[in-house]
Amino acid sequence: MINPKAKLSKKIFSKEIDMIPTRNGYGEGLVIAGEKNENVVVLCADLTDSTRSNYFKEKFPDRFIEIGVAEQLLATVAAGMANYGKIPFISSYAAFSPGRNWEQIRTTIAINDVPVKIGGAHAGISVGPDGATHQQLEDIAIMRAMPNIIVVAPADSVETKKATIEAAENGKPTYIRFAREETPVFTTEDTPFKIGRAETLWESKDPQVAIMGCGPLVYEALMAAKRLERVKIGCIVINGHTVDPIDEQTIIRAAKLAGAVVTVEEHQINGGFGSAVAEVLSRNYPVPMEYVGMPNSFGESGTPDELLEKYGMKSKHIVSAVKRVLKRKA
Amino acid sequence: MEFEELRKKANLIRKDLIKMLLEAGSGHSAGPLGMADIFTALYFDILNHDPKNPAWEERDRLFLSNGHIVPIRYVTMAHAGYFPKAKLKTLRKLGSDLQGHPERVRMPALETTSGPLGSGLAQASGYAYAARMDNKRFRVFCICSDGEHDAGNHWEAVLFAAKNRLSNLTVFVDRNNIQIDGHTEDIMPLEPLEDKYKAFNWHTLHINGHNMEEIIDAVNHARAVYEKPTVIIAHTIPGKGVDFMENMPEWHGKPPDTAQAKEALHELRTLGGKIVGEHE
Repeated sequence: MINPKAKLSKKIFSKEIDMIPTRNGYGEGLVIAGEKNENVVVLCADLTDSTRSNYFKEKFPDRFIEIGVAEQLLATVAAGMANYGKIPFISSYAAFSPGRNWEQIRTTIAINDVPVKIGGAHAGISVGPDGATHQQLEDIAIMRAMPNIIVVAPADSVETKKATIEAAENGKPTYIRFAREETPVFTTEDTPFKIGRAETLWESKDPQVAIMGCGPLVYEALMAAKRLERVKIGCIVINGHTVDPIDEQTIIRAAKLAGAVVTVEEHQINGGFGSAVAEVLSRNYPVPMEYVGMPNSFGESGTPDELLEKYGMKSKHIVSAVKRVLKRKA
Repeated sequence: MEFEELRKKANLIRKDLIKMLLEAGSGHSAGPLGMADIFTALYFDILNHDPKNPAWEERDRLFLSNGHIVPIRYVTMAHAGYFPKAKLKTLRKLGSDLQGHPERVRMPALETTSGPLGSGLAQASGYAYAARMDNKRFRVFCICSDGEHDAGNHWEAVLFAAKNRLSNLTVFVDRNNIQIDGHTEDIMPLEPLEDKYKAFNWHTLHINGHNMEEIIDAVNHARAVYEKPTVIIAHTIPGKGVDFMENMPEWHGKPPDTAQAKEALHELRTLGGKIVGEHE
């Protein structure tokens, strides 16, 4: 059942649930962060509207810096500004930032330890018709491998807003990934959120499996838990929005209670959130695991729904993964 | 400091550089020697700074984009009083602040972290942009190599600084014509380099990078330029001051061995054989 402490939306399993892209939460968060601290600046690489950086630009035109189609410049100019004392958010598509400017992020932001915030829009396969070049599915892997940078993949627009506001205040290099498509808004302003702490959203009395996810697919995990409840399979559902540093305690607790884990992410299975969970569990409490995510493949053009279906990242695929992992339980 | 004193200081700095590279056993020789005069001019004349208070808010900022020549910065900073000269022996050694390539986190007075080429000008430009937002009066200087003009990130920053009319930014290009694989004009021709900057709407100057008067005059000239960033193309001789290193690309990335260091030091002590060495 839904964990009442998670204060999730009352409309969570209703058809009336609000559908808003996570990128809108980024744009709203930028404005609030900008109101709270005049040192917040936003830099964008010629994608101002689609990254929702325009919300900030309209409010604070003097603190918005257009960089042009140059993601390496985006990262390095921001590194200089952060070194001075500003709090720069850099906005582009995740395919280009951190896709194209990874070394600049490593050297001038992470080793340099300056608080640049990287906003990676259009992450995941759900970018849709743009095709493989624009569907960033490796960013969690390349960013979580890098020391000294926080990696957050919020689950809905409200959470993305909270992550953006908190990132402005944490004093650290931070990567926030978000998506293009409208996805269910299932958390609320009252849902607990803190970077670095995973939230338990669903917990059955006798859980047989823990489903852990990050990003908008956490909603699919909750849908799967609801379907599994009907066939008397108890679940724990964890929202692991912060991939690095990962919340080991919450993950280990859930694995101990459930004895099996399925991870869910709109990212390559190789090196992603599931790998991060596996690294925690293999050292602390090994249990059978299955992974829902991109199966070591690039994407293609199609509608988001068709792509999530084809590459196996919907609630029914999570249910299948649960059934597979349960068979492996001793 | 008078020009003659600056020249003597640069010579002392070159000597300590050779000793330091010998001690480290790895590192770059040619670039640091070629930039000894410019670093001396910066730390002993041009920069508004306080070695006893490196975090001084109003200090001029010096960004080193081609981080591999940082040994010359370390030696010059030691001479300027940032830290004891004894520390120079720790270059590239475990636990030292004097990393093989500069790291701001370990030594904040280095202003930034660099090494991978082509990214320093963009950082300096971002810094200059942010400082101007707050009406800060200090200047931002950036030293770049000519070889790193191969990198796209550098030219992106050239566009950015011109677009934003960053007149608080002054750039030295160490035009020594060499890079690791050979001569710049063979690897990826850069000429006409000054015309390229002009076409990108920069104010340009070119100088002999070993002439103290020209170095200092150029910066004074740049201070008077409004609405444009200034690039000073400094023609330098890689390995300057050590005959067998001058203009030889193979000295880009290696330190001298003991015999070579002895020869180099002899040459520096005798100012190229013009005076009798005191200790030989």
